Amino acid sequence: MADYYNDEDLGRFAEIGRARPDLTEKFFAYYQATLEEGALTKREKALIGLAVAHAIPCPYCIDSFAQSCLEAGSNIEQITEAIHVASSIRGGATLIHGLQALNSIDKVSM
Amino acid sequence: MTVSLIMAQSTVFDAALSRSGQFPLRAMRIDTLQINVGKKCNQACGHCHVEAGPNRTEEMTRETAETIIEVLRRNEQLETLDITGGAPELNPSFRTLVIEARALGRHVIDRCNLTILFVPGQETLADFLAENRVEVVASLPYYLADRTDAQRGGGVFEQSIAGLHRLNALGYGQPDSGLVLNLVYNPTGAFLPPAQADIEGEYRRELEKRHGIVFNHLYTITNMPIARFKHFLERTGNYDRYLRKLAGAFNPAAAASVMCRSLISVGYDGTLSDCDFNQMLDLPVWEGGPRHIRDFDYDQLSARRIVTGEHCLGCTAGSGSSCGGATA
Repeated sequence: MADYYNDEDLGRFAEIGRARPDLTEKFFAYYQATLEEGALTKREKALIGLAVAHAIPCPYCIDSFAQSCLEAGSNIEQITEAIHVASSIRGGATLIHGLQALNSIDKVSM
Repeated sequence: MTVSLIMAQSTVFDAALSRSGQFPLRAMRIDTLQINVGKKCNQACGHCHVEAGPNRTEEMTRETAETIIEVLRRNEQLETLDITGGAPELNPSFRTLVIEARALGRHVIDRCNLTILFVPGQETLADFLAENRVEVVASLPYYLADRTDAQRGGGVFEQSIAGLHRLNALGYGQPDSGLVLNLVYNPTGAFLPPAQADIEGEYRRELEKRHGIVFNHLYTITNMPIARFKHFLERTGNYDRYLRKLAGAFNPAAAASVMCRSLISVGYDGTLSDCDFNQMLDLPVWEGGPRHIRDFDYDQLSARRIVTGEHCLGCTAGSGSSCGGATA
């Protein structure tokens, strides 16, 4: 295997159903349904998807949702703001765990 | 050539049509005569399927323009004269075509790049369009400067906004004026347009807030994988992926409503094609019927078989695409 990540694999996603196609079918039906217009617009969902893709971080999802955001009408400023939200939540999550470190230190400190 | 060979499905598009029970595609009527009066333009946009620009010299002659008026006179079914280019206003016969078609009671559309309003010699153009109650369909690929200029050239956005102010001041896009100003969004890259209603709302809000501009409707148009846009796709390694995207988004409802089923396209030299894209690919209408405006025959042409190719996937992807925006 030359590359762990190959962008052509994105278009081959459905091949994961080679075994247990029943499970794959259920997953894709659910996946599609979550991205349909509902209480949230497709555009809002695409921005959420992009932010999550960066938080995971998943190159397939980043590629896919960056395109989805453009095709939902988002511009580069809006897309960048969504990525910053993901970044700040990830950063915040790291930082707030600092309290665990402080708790641990306090527990053994005089 | 045998019938079976003629009817052969040669492209992914034809196969998709066939699966949806719509092969071969046929015209239903002709209500719009779309004429491309030449390839000369004051701009040279990066996505232009005409590959228009300041150095192009192809231009419709006065004789061909007169033939078009005669065809309009003889065929009342042709309700709309849709004039495109290049910058169609640069053709010396442009104003005659408008005046004559309006005198025949036809709806006239000018596909305007907006910056043409400021080209020397075009100082009276906006007034002329308003006086003749011409519908203006104006290109504005985005409501922000960076993406517009990236596609259409540096400074185009600023001048386009000035053009829209000028048209608004004449009543274009204003409620109850009857002067129709429609804008065109097209993607500034290798992706599909957003839902037309959604992006129209955003344009309306942002253009009003940022520039005090009003308009009637926004049309979303998909970039066709031909000419300059195809070169861009190939140069950036996006061609195969874009074609797969278009094919994957094939929408049978959009196929049923494609513009070629109710429109016919006339080239600067009078050649008839099913659309402006086919015209640029040197694909005239189906052989066996009239193929030049001087031989126009409504009955034959209004039931013609449409000549298709891979690029037709651009009109049937997602919500569909036409010169009047989304179709499904």
